[in-house]
Amino acid sequence: MSEINAVKTPIVVEPTLFELSSPGRTGITFPKSDVPTAKLPESLRRNILPIPELAEVDVIRHYMHLSSFNYSVDGGFYPLGSCTMKYNPKINEDIARLPGFANTHPLQTIETVQGNLALMFTMQEWLKEISGFAAVTLQPAAGAHGELTGVLIMRAYHQSRGDAKRVKMLIPDSAHGTNPASSGMVGLNIVQIPSDPNGNVDLDALKAECDDTVVGLMLTNPNTLGLFDEHVEDVIKTIHACGGLVYGDGANLNALLGILRPGDVGIDVMHFNLHKTFSTPHGGGGPGSGPVGVTAALEDFLPAPIIGIVDEGNEELPPLYGYIHPAKTIGRVKAFNGHFGVILRAFTYIAMHGPDGLRKISEYAVLNANYLQARLRDTFHVPFERICMHEFVAEGIVKGSDVRALDIAKRLMDYDFHPPTNYFPLIVHEALMIEPTETENKDTLDAFADALIKIAEEAKTDPQLLHDAPHKTPFGRMDEVKAARELVLCCWLPEDYSSAE
Amino acid sequence: MTYIPHSPNERDAMLETIGVKKLDDLFKDIPARHRFPDLNLPPTLSEMEAAAELAGYAEANETTQTMVSFLGAGAYRHYIPSAVDHILSRGEFYTAYTPYQPEISQGTLQSIFEYQSLMTLITGMEVSNASHYDGATAVAEAVNLAYAQFRGKRTKVIVSPSVHPQYRETLRTYTQGMGLSLVGDDARDDIDSGPKEIETLIDENTALVVVQYPDFFGRIFDYTELAAKVHQTGGLICVAVNPTALAILKTPGEMGADIVVGEGQPLGIPLSFGGPYLGFFTTLKKYIHKMAGRLVGETVDNRGQRSYVLTLTAREQHIKRDRATSNICTNQGLLALASAVYLSLLGQKGFKQVAELCYNKAHYAAEQINKIEGYSVCFDTPFFHEFSVCCPRPVSEINEHLLEHGIMGGYEVGKDYPSLKDRMLIAVTEMNSKEEIDLLVDVLKEVNHE
Repeated sequence: MSEINAVKTPIVVEPTLFELSSPGRTGITFPKSDVPTAKLPESLRRNILPIPELAEVDVIRHYMHLSSFNYSVDGGFYPLGSCTMKYNPKINEDIARLPGFANTHPLQTIETVQGNLALMFTMQEWLKEISGFAAVTLQPAAGAHGELTGVLIMRAYHQSRGDAKRVKMLIPDSAHGTNPASSGMVGLNIVQIPSDPNGNVDLDALKAECDDTVVGLMLTNPNTLGLFDEHVEDVIKTIHACGGLVYGDGANLNALLGILRPGDVGIDVMHFNLHKTFSTPHGGGGPGSGPVGVTAALEDFLPAPIIGIVDEGNEELPPLYGYIHPAKTIGRVKAFNGHFGVILRAFTYIAMHGPDGLRKISEYAVLNANYLQARLRDTFHVPFERICMHEFVAEGIVKGSDVRALDIAKRLMDYDFHPPTNYFPLIVHEALMIEPTETENKDTLDAFADALIKIAEEAKTDPQLLHDAPHKTPFGRMDEVKAARELVLCCWLPEDYSSAE
Repeated sequence: MTYIPHSPNERDAMLETIGVKKLDDLFKDIPARHRFPDLNLPPTLSEMEAAAELAGYAEANETTQTMVSFLGAGAYRHYIPSAVDHILSRGEFYTAYTPYQPEISQGTLQSIFEYQSLMTLITGMEVSNASHYDGATAVAEAVNLAYAQFRGKRTKVIVSPSVHPQYRETLRTYTQGMGLSLVGDDARDDIDSGPKEIETLIDENTALVVVQYPDFFGRIFDYTELAAKVHQTGGLICVAVNPTALAILKTPGEMGADIVVGEGQPLGIPLSFGGPYLGFFTTLKKYIHKMAGRLVGETVDNRGQRSYVLTLTAREQHIKRDRATSNICTNQGLLALASAVYLSLLGQKGFKQVAELCYNKAHYAAEQINKIEGYSVCFDTPFFHEFSVCCPRPVSEINEHLLEHGIMGGYEVGKDYPSLKDRMLIAVTEMNSKEEIDLLVDVLKEVNHE
């Protein structure tokens, strides 16, 4: 038994809000009513409201205890491939909380929210400039939502031309899992396109599927192997030649700021992930924001409304910003104006970086990924001998050991690192997908590489140490089978709980 | 200003390890004629300059704080206890990713588990997912559930015309490629009839009926009979709710709803010009395998400690790919946390108190407005904290006048229901004092006299 295993872990479980509840407690009181009481019809009244009762201090301590169980970007290195877990600047948080933004109602008349609308208009312009597209909507709520928007736009475009037989979406095997799901939601048939030996889209396989039933191709470039497709212009030309459109999955845009504008190489539609590329925090699973950019030919199909200038103004009057409904819009994809609070953070980030700073982001994101790849290549096999972009995929296999990528990932936690994405992409055996981002310094990258190299040693000398990892975290490996079999999905107040009333 | 920490020496050492001379050498795969475009963007700003510039945008707005507001229509101004934002501002919560590694994500996982519990209790349902983008998309996902439940064999979805117009529009967008027919709200302005009208549309082909509670016009209908009618032909019923109202109102669960969804913004989330908000989604256990979105379940770790994991992930896009009910991935984690913190601070007492304040103040306002010559409350149906007023003049004119007096009037119903251009939807919450309501009444009187 290893030394670490011998350390007895204290039980750290935090009671639930429901277990902490005590009848009659409350964390806040409200003013007495200054109007007469109105009667609610008895037949409509609810009898019991069995939610917990806690004092403010109980609530704060509960969540403080829970917060200590979380790994976060503020706490350490988070090289989760495809997720772009870069540092989230603090100023962005302050900006989103300014009362002049936070207290605006989405249905205010445009004259009273010119600050918001001017900012959103400018954001559309900036994203157009960064990506090379003709128009942008800020409405979609997340990356997958942007994909759905984009696929609906592609479908609407073909339908508007009376081209109803196009039902086939081509998706490379190196794509994100959301791509097929987004196409499936719109009722399209998915055809998977294999990768060639260099990690590019297999051009011959692509050509074989290209006919007049193709809606388009959903291309992630750089792809989920972290590789820029060496034949990207041929791939796009091939799709265009059969009348299809090319969707660009913008999840990996952190490699391309000031390096390449996707619109310039012929991508027709693309979503941005403001919560990846433009530093807005992931919030433990959202909110994201997934604006979509399109070429001029697709502009009329964007979700309504987009932000535009509705009155040019003159020497004395500034332009008036307002809502514009594209002529052939697919309609709304959500209520109101998109994730404005997220857009504010991303806007602040872009404003501070400027054009040179944006290019620097991608340069250093790619530098960091290649540096880690170079340091780890001798220890963990990287299937493609190429310069990578902002991330790379290694095989989590150690010769002469039965440890798997999962074990390596879990063991990394003992070294106080968040593991890379594992078992994705599916086309690499025991994948470890590593994306360091530009905000990490050389010391951190070295410590991470050293840890992985040491873990590879451990895999040979003490594989059980890895199978049982993590050891130093407050919780060990979970019984996922039990969770799925028993399906305990919520908790309640104890049965003998009596409310104070 | 950038957040890149490298010194020139470190950069050069790293380039050397990689085996290239300069940064540009890393980008040889990029087509040369498009490589390194000049971006026409404003030059870099320091944090100080950016803060000032952004403050300028913020100052160019009027807000619900600088004015007296009676605007609702799906987004409501409520008091947010200070502690909510203190919790949300913890980097351990807001800078974490989706909890894929449960050993180091128990904070997020347990808080989602508690959120799920709270939502099922408020709606009177059995299970809740970890959230959707907003109320509108949660309604659209209810259609996805019903579509999957009947494997596409039932193709009719009935939507009440008094479901929020933007939710209905979103639903139409989502279902474009699904071969469904959406009926019940086609260009009809006849919203006076209530749920009885909908019952006549139900048939064997009906997959789902969607209603709202309180509805867009603020009205409260008991949908028990409607639910029974839907179930007679085997269809499902989805009720979109305002969660604040459920602090005092009979739950859709009691009425027999199959799916209860809604906009969680009233639960401690700032108006923030429309987002990010919180779509919540609750249903019955028997539909769980067709429900989209993340789900947290209880389990134990290998040390015997109670803990939580993402469960039933085989339903989701990254495994089921094109056969998944939905493509949803990132959702509204931090906003779900906000609502759970809000609810746990308010507790039974506080949550009821907020709902009662809303109810009483809205009814006071309705009574006073109803007394003004030329104005009347349009329906005699019970309502919660929002009601429609039939006005003597177009609402846009009235609102302009109110604006001059520092009041944001109610929503102009005619924007979505063209024949109802004289109707104003007025929302009153605990944030509106009696003085504010009296001021509104006084100014409305003036408008009539002009």
